[in-house]
Amino acid sequence: MKTPAKASSGTARKKQKHINYSKWGYVFLLPFFITFIIFQLIPLISTIYYSFFKYFRSGLKIIGPIFVGFDNYKSLFHSPDLFNYMGNTMLLWIVGFIPQILISLLLAAWFTNTRLRLRGLRFFKTVIYMPNLIMASAFAMLFFALFSDNGPVNGSLIAMGLIHQPVRFLSTVSGTRGLIIFMNFLMWFGNTTILLMAAILGIDPCLYEAAEIDGASSNQMFWRITIPLIKPIMAYVLITSLIGGLQMFDVPQILTNGTGSPDNTSTTMIMYLNNHMYSKNYGMAGAISTILFIICAILCLLVYKTMTDTDGTKNRTKKRRRTAHG
Amino acid sequence: MKKGRSIMAMLATAAILTASLAGCKGTPSTSKAPAKQTAASQSTAAEGKVLNIWCWNDEFQSRFNAYYPDVKEVAKDKSTTTLKDGTVVKWTINENQNNNYQNKLDSALQNQASAPTDQKIDIFLVEADYALKYVNSDYTMDVKKDIGLTDSDLANQYKYTQDIVTSKDGALKGVAWQATPGLFVYRRSIAKSVLGTDDPTKIQESLSSWDKFNDVAQKVNAKGYKMLSGYDDSYRVFSNNVSSPWVTGTTVTVDPNIMNWVKQTKDYTAKGYNNKTILWDNKWTADQGPKSKVFGFFYSTWGINFTLEGNSLAKPVKEGGKEEVGNGIFGDWAVCQGPQSYYWGGTWICACKGTDNAGTIKKIMKSLTCDKDVMKKITTETQDYTNNKAAMDEIASSDFKSKFLGGQNHIKLFAEVAPKIDMSKAGPYDQGCNEALQNAFHDYFNGTVTIDKAKANFEKTIKTKYPELTEVKWPS
Amino acid sequence: MAEHAVSAKKASEKKGDNYRHKLALSRIGCYIVLAIICFLCLFFFYMLLINSSRNTFQIQQGFSFLPGASFGINLINLLNDANIPVVSGVLNSLIVSSLTACLAVYFSALTAYAIFAYDFKLRNFAFTLILLIMVMPTQISAVGFVNQMEKMGLKDSLIPLFLPAVASPVVAFFMKQYMDSNLPIEIVEAARIDGCSEFRTFNTIVLPMMKPAVAVQAIFAFVGAWNNFFIPALLLDSANKKTLPILIMQLRSADFLKFDMGKVYMLITIAIIPVVIIYFFLSKYIVGGVTTGSVKG
Repeated sequence: MKTPAKASSGTARKKQKHINYSKWGYVFLLPFFITFIIFQLIPLISTIYYSFFKYFRSGLKIIGPIFVGFDNYKSLFHSPDLFNYMGNTMLLWIVGFIPQILISLLLAAWFTNTRLRLRGLRFFKTVIYMPNLIMASAFAMLFFALFSDNGPVNGSLIAMGLIHQPVRFLSTVSGTRGLIIFMNFLMWFGNTTILLMAAILGIDPCLYEAAEIDGASSNQMFWRITIPLIKPIMAYVLITSLIGGLQMFDVPQILTNGTGSPDNTSTTMIMYLNNHMYSKNYGMAGAISTILFIICAILCLLVYKTMTDTDGTKNRTKKRRRTAHG
Repeated sequence: MKKGRSIMAMLATAAILTASLAGCKGTPSTSKAPAKQTAASQSTAAEGKVLNIWCWNDEFQSRFNAYYPDVKEVAKDKSTTTLKDGTVVKWTINENQNNNYQNKLDSALQNQASAPTDQKIDIFLVEADYALKYVNSDYTMDVKKDIGLTDSDLANQYKYTQDIVTSKDGALKGVAWQATPGLFVYRRSIAKSVLGTDDPTKIQESLSSWDKFNDVAQKVNAKGYKMLSGYDDSYRVFSNNVSSPWVTGTTVTVDPNIMNWVKQTKDYTAKGYNNKTILWDNKWTADQGPKSKVFGFFYSTWGINFTLEGNSLAKPVKEGGKEEVGNGIFGDWAVCQGPQSYYWGGTWICACKGTDNAGTIKKIMKSLTCDKDVMKKITTETQDYTNNKAAMDEIASSDFKSKFLGGQNHIKLFAEVAPKIDMSKAGPYDQGCNEALQNAFHDYFNGTVTIDKAKANFEKTIKTKYPELTEVKWPS
Repeated sequence: MAEHAVSAKKASEKKGDNYRHKLALSRIGCYIVLAIICFLCLFFFYMLLINSSRNTFQIQQGFSFLPGASFGINLINLLNDANIPVVSGVLNSLIVSSLTACLAVYFSALTAYAIFAYDFKLRNFAFTLILLIMVMPTQISAVGFVNQMEKMGLKDSLIPLFLPAVASPVVAFFMKQYMDSNLPIEIVEAARIDGCSEFRTFNTIVLPMMKPAVAVQAIFAFVGAWNNFFIPALLLDSANKKTLPILIMQLRSADFLKFDMGKVYMLITIAIIPVVIIYFFLSKYIVGGVTTGSVKG
């Protein structure tokens, strides 16, 4: 019933807009774009502009700006640092993201499973998002205390007789990286679960009913119905998480006191940028920003592609749901 | 657009100013009378009403509020101090770590010329590690010519505290209220059990050179104790006894003596002579507490009263614990000179160019860094070591005793070593270089990188921190 | 949903006891896993509370599951520490975060509505642009941002901390997706026929219908702004303008002369309480269902 109504309203809408409404589209977009231009676009352009200059503060004197062309970029690409830090960032993100999406999917499936009929769902759903409320800096501090040489983790491991000497988590590569990954996991899995849960709840229950009548098992229903239908949201989760991963900063910064120790193996791209910004090296910081910008723009293309694709799937599912309800 | 914004910002500051003024109205009846008197004397009539002081912790603030004679009232939230003539001192505190204070100060200084008079910085504090950066700039005023302190005012200050803040062309650009010679603080009980005595003179004999120090470390270790707490403890002793400054031109030179620190610390770590802690971290602080097995710490004057004393109590003062023998390891400490003389820390007061409070600044500098009575009072009340030879010598020869140090007169020891301090190798890059070097070599001590990798990491950090530096030279 | 449950029940009855056993077993498994996860999530809050009731010395000795006796003292110490203006810190954070949340949510809804409800030439272009902006980390323009705020006289001010929230692409994108599935255009048209102005339609009809999305994004924006450290650290100098994350950082790193761990934990606890309260108020929307179809039922 609704589908045709919508189609006709769509044409009606088009007509009306033609007469007098389209200007409101621009009016309502104005605040967004004015703010964007003042607070993001102009700073971004000046950031890119200065990346072509030798421009920094030496003590109390300002050196430059002297135009140097691509020198800043050359020196960035000459040292292996850029690639190492990019590698660190991606590693810290991927190794954290895979278990995160798996566990979130599992939890979302449980929370929405009507056969399991788990009690206290409200409580569980509320609790899983809570680590996100603690600010990263405070969270890092707690981890630091927990995993320090004389911290409770080492204490209980020794008490259980599993180790004899305290493990010095933060002075080993895998220890530090592991903690960063674990922290990111704890902070974000609730968020992901909530999004996935919403996506699963959005699936038309009739599909499951039909499958059940056909004798499908829970497992089959999960893989054949749930997973394909929540793909768009999974894509959204993947992309927002990737953006978040690229921006990873406070957790490693505070856990390692800004040094990215040991041996810069936990230095991320934004930490690298931050180091240059702290020394007021506008040229180099600008160059790193520009490189990040290019990486992000490429990602954006990907996002746009997936989004236009998923828009299609979304419409299809929507339609299906609507007809089913009607 | 721009104008609109700055008007908004001005409105905001105006609102804040009125709010803070409203906060000061607490005692209107009493404040009027003295204000009139000072107006009559006219000496400070042309002075600005707001004195902005920039610093990185509340050390100077607490000294100022407690010992500057003209303080009338401290705001409840301590963000301002009102002086007797009505001047409001506004405190701006930015933490020091990772050059944060310097960066903030630098950008404020760059706006100094265009800032409204009441927002201009009047006084800022600097540390030895980067004092020269400001001393050799135009932002600091000549204490003698511009501010008006005389040679006789300054006569009792330790010479090194003046050397370090003397600019290339010989102008004195700052003054300090404290002198900060370093010492070795050790546990009396551990000394007795390992060396059979806790007498500072005898302990000093057995620690008077690095070789002897290492021997003691081995003995200490054999008895189940640790000589030092962590990696950075002896760093200052080595880095203060170098043959050249960190940076000349655009070249960073790592002194052989710093590599001696690396060698010693690696050795101590391998042999288990230290607890692998890092300066200021939790475990390091705990190593100064009642349950510690660490023999001693290299500490400077302020470290004893400000840090060590609090750390050694089992029940903190804030919870009703008393600073007395029996509470934790209070009284179980003593000081001796250690293997080499060194200094650590110290804070200098600089007058900032563009100030409209030169008269007040002169008064502050004079009473807090030149007045013998004030200085003596500070030392006897807080055990902080102040920058006044005459006052310190008086206390040194008196029967002053520190209960915390088991009845030792540590001022006497400080008074002996303070004149020996040599700050001729200090430079503007010291903080950045020291921090970067320590951080880079922590990985080496932890065994995660080779010594060459640690060196490379230091070079990388230093070039990021200071883009103008081009080369790092290591001792062969 | 109910139907689904009933049919599931029927099916399970058919398959008999064996199936029920299996279900009970897997339920126990679920509870065990959920218990571990809940423990991990809540443990940190517990640890914060415990540590804020202990003194530095006790904290250094390691963790204990029992609270100490220093809660009151830590609180008093913190409130009396003039250089850590907690009250103004909480106020500043509240101002910045609530304004950020309000601006982000309102203007994002407006932006999304513009793209959702009107057909204009640059519509697709605008939407693409918003997607493009969405993937850019705020940090990359930070250098220029700080310089520009300095020029505009907005350094050391709270304004640049919340005003940019007017352009929050992620929120706008989310709102647009939400409108697509939950806002029938017919309602808008009905309002137009009734002679309602466009702006009023948005405020009085569209916005109330967006409540669940608004609540969810408001929480996300509020929490994000509350915990933001990067930009405020670059901009703020004056003690009375600092937000909580900066104060925590300051207390942690700076004052080694009077380093007091109990105080640090107390400050973090205080910093978390307001977010937790706000979260509990708005959490029913998160728990109820964030997006799309679920809100309808």
